Amino acid sequence: MEGLISLAVKAIFVENLALSFFLGMCTFIAVSKKISTAIGLGVSVMIVQSITVPANNIILTYILKPGALAWAGFPDVDLTFLGLISYIGVIAALVQILEMILDKYFPPLYNALGIFLPLITVNCAILGGSLFMVERDYNFSEATTYGIASGFGWALAIATMAGVREKLKYSDIPDGLQGLGITFITAGLMAMAFMCFSGVKL
Amino acid sequence: MSQTRKQLLTDPLVDNNPITLQVLGICSALAVTSSLNVAFVMSLAVIAVCGFSSLFISFLRHYIPNSIRIIVQMVIIASLVILVDQIIKAYAYEISKTLSVFVGLIITNCIVMGRAEAFAMKNKPFDSFIDGVGNGLGYSLLLMGVGVIRELFGSGSLFGIMIFESVSNGGWYVPNGLLLLPPSAFFIIGFFIWGVRTWKKSQVEAREYKIQTLEEH
Repeated sequence: MEGLISLAVKAIFVENLALSFFLGMCTFIAVSKKISTAIGLGVSVMIVQSITVPANNIILTYILKPGALAWAGFPDVDLTFLGLISYIGVIAALVQILEMILDKYFPPLYNALGIFLPLITVNCAILGGSLFMVERDYNFSEATTYGIASGFGWALAIATMAGVREKLKYSDIPDGLQGLGITFITAGLMAMAFMCFSGVKL
Repeated sequence: MSQTRKQLLTDPLVDNNPITLQVLGICSALAVTSSLNVAFVMSLAVIAVCGFSSLFISFLRHYIPNSIRIIVQMVIIASLVILVDQIIKAYAYEISKTLSVFVGLIITNCIVMGRAEAFAMKNKPFDSFIDGVGNGLGYSLLLMGVGVIRELFGSGSLFGIMIFESVSNGGWYVPNGLLLLPPSAFFIIGFFIWGVRTWKKSQVEAREYKIQTLEEH
């Protein structure tokens, strides 16, 4: 249990997907103009992330790993080279299913997230989360914790960024830095602030 | 090469750079630039995937039903990325370790998807190929630019060859460790964008609020 808590803290603060691995930057920059939309997107990333990372973990353990197909009578088959294509397939399919479920049972939430859900398929934070899970050899409970925590970290980063940008638009910025440029520099300062967590261990 | 094809290749370099103007594919641009070797391999991978995915998608453009085009594009891109990933693992194993997940993340690199969607679905195969390569080059240009600054001032070397003799080796240069850390990449790209937009005024974004001066008051 302690291991899982420390993994979660690490995934949220120290190894924040957005600010120290630069994942999901395109949407991070594009959708952080208003706090309300940023929180909507952050929550949907968190939901999708906490479903796809464990799901991909199951696929890896029972289908792709060398020897994983022993239950089907193929003990020598190694399908790890199909990893990338199956993870992205799982992500695309899950996002589609989630969209349909939300549309049917939680229309208000669906309307709030609407446009962001399909975008999430091509958000590198989601695929990145699954790939880190593979690379670091997480087991199922670790993968679940990592999925939830890394999604939360991303949501936290984009919400803070949107807060800063809402104030930033009133300031007098040089023409060339207007918009994208100053956003990058702000993100850099935030990344430096997040680096202060790097000593924290539980 | 005709005038328009040349434009397809050169436009994305500065005038319509995928990173500074279209804000696409930033994720990997920041993460892999702390050493030039890695940035170089990453650039080649992106150019290859971007060019060939545009080529193949353009070949198939009349046969892809509109409603499932995203999935079809994804499958083509993912297969190419798997190929590239296996090639890098076979011939540059050390670098593939440093790149870790970022080769896989070319799949979700918005430049590749963006070009497939915006250009390859509507144009002839050869033009699409050039357009893909051009956008890959625009991405590489920025990647290498950031890589040069980070490696030269962060560890005093280029491509691993010592340029500034660092203090720890008995030289004079005190390396700036911040440049090897993630935040510096944000700053450098921010300043690049500033530079490009000061040069090409048309790319400047409009202000949302104008500050009232004393005379207008």
